[in-house]
Amino acid sequence: MTRLTAREVSVFYGAAQALDRVSIDLSTEHVTAFIGPSGCGKSTFLRTLNRMNDTIPSARVTGEVWLNDEDVYAPRMDVVELRARVGMVFQKPNPFPKSVWENVAYGPRIHGLARSRGELDAVVERALRRTGLWDEVRDRLKAPATGLSGGQQQRLCIARALAIEPEVILMDEPCSSLDPVATARIEELIHSLRGRYAIGIVTHNMQQAARVSQRTAFFNEGRLVEYGDTSAIFTNPREERTRDYITGRYG
Amino acid sequence: MTDRATPSLPTDWRAPGLRHRLRRRHAAERRFRRLGAGAVLFAAGFLAFLLLTMVGQGLGAFTRTVLVLPIDTARPITEAGVDAAAVRAFGADGPLLMADQAWRVARERAAVGRATVRVPASDAVDAALAGQAAPAANARAAALRARGALRTEFAWSFLRGADATDPVRAGLWGAAKGSLLTMAVVFAFAFPIGLFAALWLEEFAGRNPWADLVEVSINNLAAVPSIIFGLLGLALFLGTLGLPRSAPLVGGLTLALMTMPVIVIAGRGAIRAVPPSVRDAALAVGASRAQVVFHHVLPLAMPGILTGTIIGMARALGETAPLLLIGMRAFIAAPPGGLTDPATVLPVQIFLWSDEVSHGFVEKTSAAIMMLLLVLLVVNGGAVWLRGRLEARR
Repeated sequence: MTRLTAREVSVFYGAAQALDRVSIDLSTEHVTAFIGPSGCGKSTFLRTLNRMNDTIPSARVTGEVWLNDEDVYAPRMDVVELRARVGMVFQKPNPFPKSVWENVAYGPRIHGLARSRGELDAVVERALRRTGLWDEVRDRLKAPATGLSGGQQQRLCIARALAIEPEVILMDEPCSSLDPVATARIEELIHSLRGRYAIGIVTHNMQQAARVSQRTAFFNEGRLVEYGDTSAIFTNPREERTRDYITGRYG
Repeated sequence: MTDRATPSLPTDWRAPGLRHRLRRRHAAERRFRRLGAGAVLFAAGFLAFLLLTMVGQGLGAFTRTVLVLPIDTARPITEAGVDAAAVRAFGADGPLLMADQAWRVARERAAVGRATVRVPASDAVDAALAGQAAPAANARAAALRARGALRTEFAWSFLRGADATDPVRAGLWGAAKGSLLTMAVVFAFAFPIGLFAALWLEEFAGRNPWADLVEVSINNLAAVPSIIFGLLGLALFLGTLGLPRSAPLVGGLTLALMTMPVIVIAGRGAIRAVPPSVRDAALAVGASRAQVVFHHVLPLAMPGILTGTIIGMARALGETAPLLLIGMRAFIAAPPGGLTDPATVLPVQIFLWSDEVSHGFVEKTSAAIMMLLLVLLVVNGGAVWLRGRLEARR
């Protein structure tokens, strides 16, 4: 089921164009990987989908982004609601400097998704179980989240996004600061989340893109060079530049 | 030529040129360290000199000489009665041993059933005890002390009393209370206004000419000499608004004008130091801008904001010039009862006492300086403690 549709999206930072007419769909059936050299516009594209670019005053977006049948850039669209429905996980784990429980409970709390403390506890537990973190942190829900390991922190950030039951989850290089064991756990987690959420993930790791995604989009210099089934892109890319990048000859 | 210029591999660290260079680098480092240590010693020396002088001169203000006067406490105590008692106990010049208005002290302190009352001794007695009067007077004072008629006690009146024309009765509490009330006004006005100005500038203003203008104005305001704020306070609060002269309310408002830019600048620094990743995290779960600020940015910036506030307030606590202009230099013989009562503050009291000719005020001045420094030390220590506590909570 297609949740997020981007059509002809271009982004400008002042006079500089960062993204040139990109069209991509995110659906619950596929995990979509965004690959490409640094500065190619992957992260910029991700941030246009939940309007995180609004925080940059010089950024300007043209084209259309649809969340189901709602125009993300329509004046009526409430960004607070949008960002609750399109969750995001960042490159560096960024838990709030508060307790583990407060981190996960924060979203449901501000949106009023739980009616009682007991209900909130249940929401927190469910989110933590889904990220496989529950057994590791159940005894220290009150402990500061900054005391967890890097991998645990990143899974906590994912749990924080899941706690408000978004429709789409965007991940911006979620494993780039993690060791291989923690990375493997996040990848398993992404697998388990497919079907329920539409997932887009930016990665610099080709193996990771091949492992976790069913669709891959290759960006270069702000353009979407190639977009299709992951297996096709990795075994038989249509474009020369894609082949060069995937095989490590370039970028 | 080219061969010689190319260094031999590996580098020969025993070569005289390199050795010499290394020695010079070490020497330069030692020189630099000595210079730094010297500067610190020099500054510490001045501080020690200041403290020693203050303590040496001011310690006397915390004690006072009292005359133990036998008196019939069952009868109403009058000026004439006290004088008569002094004549009976110490001879014809007995009344001269007591400070001015000592009979009032006797009336306050006299307890039924006690045969004596302690009254403050006069300046002349103090001088005689110190051996600075005529030889006969010196001997008499020494004899009275040996007899137990003259004693030294802790001068609670210095901490409890208000200003007085007689140094023996002059106290610091009036000025201290004035300072307290003034600081309360400074905090009540400067902290919220400064905090919200800093928040608006950092979080909501964005980049526009208006915000730039406000920013430049605030930075300039922080550099304006304090006397100018006094003139502003005089014109605005006394002239235009017609608030009462010499009142802690007006003093506090004037100092709040001066403190606010300091709080804004410190607050902006603290807010800017909050990592953007925390803001991103909150925005990404759908927090509104206000929720990001109040749930995440403000708690993290609070230690820095509070430190800036306390430093700004400590500066205001030591400020004299602007308060002179709004009339807080008047002689106030009673501690202020409220924000609109005439009052003075600690530094102004020091200024006023330092201007007095009477010998007794010299030690009062030094003692008042000691108390002011103590208060500032406590305030700044409190800032450090608070900062540590708030940061440990993260």
